[in-house]
Amino acid sequence: MAIHEKHLIRPENIRTHDNLVIDGVDVSGHWSTFIETRVVTDYNEALEEEIAALPGGEYIHRCWQCGSCTNACTVNAVNPDFNPRYWIYLIRMGMESELLRDKDIIWQCVSCNKCTYACPRDVVPEGVMKATAHWLEMKGHTEPSNSTIFDEEFTRQVVKTGKIEDGRILMNFLKNSKQPLVQDWLVQMVMQMVKHLPFKYLFGLGWATLFAPKTKRWAKTRDAIEEHIAEEKAAERAALGLDPKT
Amino acid sequence: MPDRKDKYKEVAYYHGCALEGTAQPYNTSTRAIAKELELKLVDIKNWNCCGAMEVKNVDPEIQTYLSSRVMSLAHNEMKQDVVMAPCNGCYHNLKKAEYDIANKEESRAVVEKISAKADHPKYEAGQVETIHALDWIKFGYGEEELKAKIKGGLKGLKVANYYGCMYTRPRHIFPEKDQGGESESTSKPHYMDDLLEIAGAVNVEFPMKTACCGGAHTLSDSDMSTKLVLNILQAAEAAGAEVIATECPTCHSGLEMHQIRALKRLSKQTNVKVIYFTQLLGMAMGLSPRKVGLHENVSDSMKFMKQKGIT
Repeated sequence: MAIHEKHLIRPENIRTHDNLVIDGVDVSGHWSTFIETRVVTDYNEALEEEIAALPGGEYIHRCWQCGSCTNACTVNAVNPDFNPRYWIYLIRMGMESELLRDKDIIWQCVSCNKCTYACPRDVVPEGVMKATAHWLEMKGHTEPSNSTIFDEEFTRQVVKTGKIEDGRILMNFLKNSKQPLVQDWLVQMVMQMVKHLPFKYLFGLGWATLFAPKTKRWAKTRDAIEEHIAEEKAAERAALGLDPKT
Repeated sequence: MPDRKDKYKEVAYYHGCALEGTAQPYNTSTRAIAKELELKLVDIKNWNCCGAMEVKNVDPEIQTYLSSRVMSLAHNEMKQDVVMAPCNGCYHNLKKAEYDIANKEESRAVVEKISAKADHPKYEAGQVETIHALDWIKFGYGEEELKAKIKGGLKGLKVANYYGCMYTRPRHIFPEKDQGGESESTSKPHYMDDLLEIAGAVNVEFPMKTACCGGAHTLSDSDMSTKLVLNILQAAEAAGAEVIATECPTCHSGLEMHQIRALKRLSKQTNVKVIYFTQLLGMAMGLSPRKVGLHENVSDSMKFMKQKGIT
């Protein structure tokens, strides 16, 4: 029979034939549209465990697929392909290749925590999104996302000095993510800031950009934090079957 | 809790990184209000970043530790019982650290290990109470008393109160909210509405009080953030608001930045002004726009406030 809801099926799986007879029955044309037979064989049985081994993914096993997360999701409202419930389902089923179809948008979770607020099973879907985005990067399925590049620059500054300086973060982020330093909106913003000439303010920002703010007596803290992060990252890589050292 | 007036009279003030950078006007106006209301803010000496969303994404337990160090300083070095954080990010993270240290063995272990190596007393759950600037004014000064302090007021200025994500979500890190009575609501927060109403504003019915501005990705996924911010700005205008009152530096800079970006990239113009609630409150008390740092906002509302006869 004809399939009217074709948008629910991927185009490459829809088959119509101009001239086909099977078992003496003519199945040609639109009224005999087929869906390609598909048998899933490429399960990654370890997928759920791997996601659960990364920070934020710990409670994925609790999900019972009610869909409250996707219903509440900020990003889903902008892009319907952003579907936390579905990704949690795929991970729990081990359907890695299916998950990889969405690999380039999973990092876009904005951490608004509406999902975690709505979830009746305390899955912490926001954490699962972060864990999944990290998993994709660690496994080499995606390049580090802009979000990761930003997080790492921010964390690098905090660990090094105890504080951040937002001008420096902005500049280093644009540089690390290979974006031009001069953006039309940024120029406009700076112009609006200078308009009332708060000389002290601009001077202060310039000063902070040259001399990063620092927490005093931070060296021991810095070393302890660096040591902890290195241990955690090695453990995470080991859990994913990757060489712990790189 | 009638004892809060005493308890919040003097607090450890944790302004954090943003209020020294892009959100200086929030810092300026908070300090100006403290002076005006004779509430004592004691700066936390040698503070560090709370860890924010970014460190949490790299290593959640390190974010817990960083926040715990701030609370440890307040308790052990300053002998303070209350930490007041105007930044939603700092407030959220200290609350989250408090919850994790009280409830997760693993968090306690990491905090203990790093505190020992860093040579300072570890923070233990319950040693300080973390509050937002909203709690501080509403309960530390008192609403009745605030009425008496309003000079000139906001003259019926139409305001959409925007609370953002981190002030109410996830619910479990705010055990004091949703308790009925005077407690704050996580689905329909009202503390900012309450204070600005006293200040003479007309609060519009704003459906996006706790919507997300995309602040976590304001730079890393700017197109997404611009769309999310535009939704908020347009909803505020549709609700009849002239001003969006903010209580979070990330939201505030996000709204200001993407208001410009929406015009540049999507040709969508919105005219609603973005002003920190502390700036509005300060001006309602008769403080000059410069005293509350209004001239430092990117969203230019100096002329607008003058036209409204508020300054």
